[in-house]
Amino acid sequence: MTAERKPGFDTLAIHAGAQPDSATGARATPIYQTTSFVFDNVEHAAALFNLETFGNIYTRIMNPTQAVLEERVAALEGGTAGLAVASGHAAQALVFHTLLAPGDEFIAARQLYGGSINQFTHAFKKCGWEVRWADTTDAESFRAALTPKTKAIFVESIANPGGIITDLEAVAAVAKQAGVPFIVDNTLATPYLMRPIEYGADIIVHSLTKFLGGHGNSIGGAIVDCGTFDWLKSGRYPTLSAPCASYHGITLAETFGNFAFAIACRVLGLRDLGPAISPFNAFLILTGIETLPLRMQRHCDNALAVATWLSGHDQIAWVNYAGLPGNEFHEAAKRYSPKGAGAVFTFGLKGGYEAGIALVSNVKLFSHLANIGDTRSLIIHPASTTHRQLTDEQRIRAGAGPEVVRLSVGLESVEDLIADLDQALAAA
Amino acid sequence: MKNHDSYSDAYIRDILARSRTIAMVGASPTPSRPSYFAMKYLKEKGFRVIPVNPGQEGKTILGERVYAALPEIKEKVDIVDIFRSSGAALGITREAIAIGARVVWMQLGVRNDEAAGLAEDAGLQVVMNRCPKIEYGRLSGELNWAGVNSRMISSRRPLLGPKGVQHRVLATKA
Repeated sequence: MTAERKPGFDTLAIHAGAQPDSATGARATPIYQTTSFVFDNVEHAAALFNLETFGNIYTRIMNPTQAVLEERVAALEGGTAGLAVASGHAAQALVFHTLLAPGDEFIAARQLYGGSINQFTHAFKKCGWEVRWADTTDAESFRAALTPKTKAIFVESIANPGGIITDLEAVAAVAKQAGVPFIVDNTLATPYLMRPIEYGADIIVHSLTKFLGGHGNSIGGAIVDCGTFDWLKSGRYPTLSAPCASYHGITLAETFGNFAFAIACRVLGLRDLGPAISPFNAFLILTGIETLPLRMQRHCDNALAVATWLSGHDQIAWVNYAGLPGNEFHEAAKRYSPKGAGAVFTFGLKGGYEAGIALVSNVKLFSHLANIGDTRSLIIHPASTTHRQLTDEQRIRAGAGPEVVRLSVGLESVEDLIADLDQALAAA
Repeated sequence: MKNHDSYSDAYIRDILARSRTIAMVGASPTPSRPSYFAMKYLKEKGFRVIPVNPGQEGKTILGERVYAALPEIKEKVDIVDIFRSSGAALGITREAIAIGARVVWMQLGVRNDEAAGLAEDAGLQVVMNRCPKIEYGRLSGELNWAGVNSRMISSRRPLLGPKGVQHRVLATKA
């Protein structure tokens, strides 16, 4: 392949970041199951600790298996660099730790994964980071929430569990005008369906646990630096733009240019807070990513078939899947996610809370659990589980009212999935 | 004029692989400055790096004698690496042409299209808004360790350097 040719997405999913092992020639990425790496000598060690040269020190900060995963995800998103961490929540914690100081604010869409609403509302409050909520379906609501203390805007590209497609370009414009980075959680879409960088994202976060890993076997998270935000020009993010006391006064944005944000999250956030991903999990997730394009298309095709069937069922009040014609977000899905609207969606049962409990109790092929993005099809009643800790008002705003059931449609034969829902609804 | 918004990997790789001596204009003696980082790394990779900085004339940086200006360097220079403002790049480029350098390289954030046109008319190669340390790290595979998107894929094994396991060297072909 010549240097001028740009590899396609499917090629990147398999090859990005992964040359044969330099020491052994192993073609699959080895699992470097080690805590530490030897130094050549004292000078080499000093240069590594000072960030003067590139190399491995300690698996809490970097590891060659993690590194392949990081470059892979960054390449698929089209960013400048990546960082793999212990979970999607860890990724969010490191992003905000890098951007915010006590007393700072950020604006987040209120239609988010319930766990993120908890993290932002309660855990972040203890750090003095204040979240202000906006409506992901209304870009102007983000503008209305801006204050002089606002330091970032955060949305999910496809919101969980509501099946909402965010108008990324419109919200990005608000962030750009305000001079703050635009952070997009792209977990439900994956870069196969949507690349937020094309619509103005500055930072992308992922729960790798979901469709990227895709097999329900490993927890992981990632941060992608899009390389688009000018930290030096802004001057409002001293972690990047001011001399760094714990690295002998280097200025990260000056030294690392357009991948300084990813480096800052690694050499400060990850080094000091510690949520490293295990090399074994990084390996399993990498293996999953190799088949992402094939899996994601099948997930979407199966989801559309199940959603279509459900919308014709007499016990179902409504189906909220942007892939269905007539859905409020169908046009947005066609624009932002033309290959499919993802595989996670909600529907409402005419029988309300009790019918939701009955349905999850009667399925035999769908698994009743609190995850999404597995090869297996999954079902949950958010009001009694993932969104249980929220207030009634928060639940309804997050699209998790009492009658709501969420599906994550897997890769099984779609007629078996429909048959299982059919028998479970009949038994309820 | 060549397109300076993006460069092929082959172009950058060829420049680095064919060069031995780099005159670094704006080299700083302060260890926290990016120029110091870059100089230390490039020396480590086997380049001869000659610092140029009138404020440091006659002193040494990383063991190398500092010159006040390019014309004072008596040995052959392959690359003139400009760690100065975009405005200062034009005068430095004229000197680079005068001393017979092969490449004018402007650092990250430094771009001067007039200087680039002048250098190209004189038969020099030009790189702007890039860092040779980052490019060497990217093309050798070392920057992969930092999770950086190298924008490169290859089914060939990266080349290890002679200094130890944690050192890669630039292959002349991808």
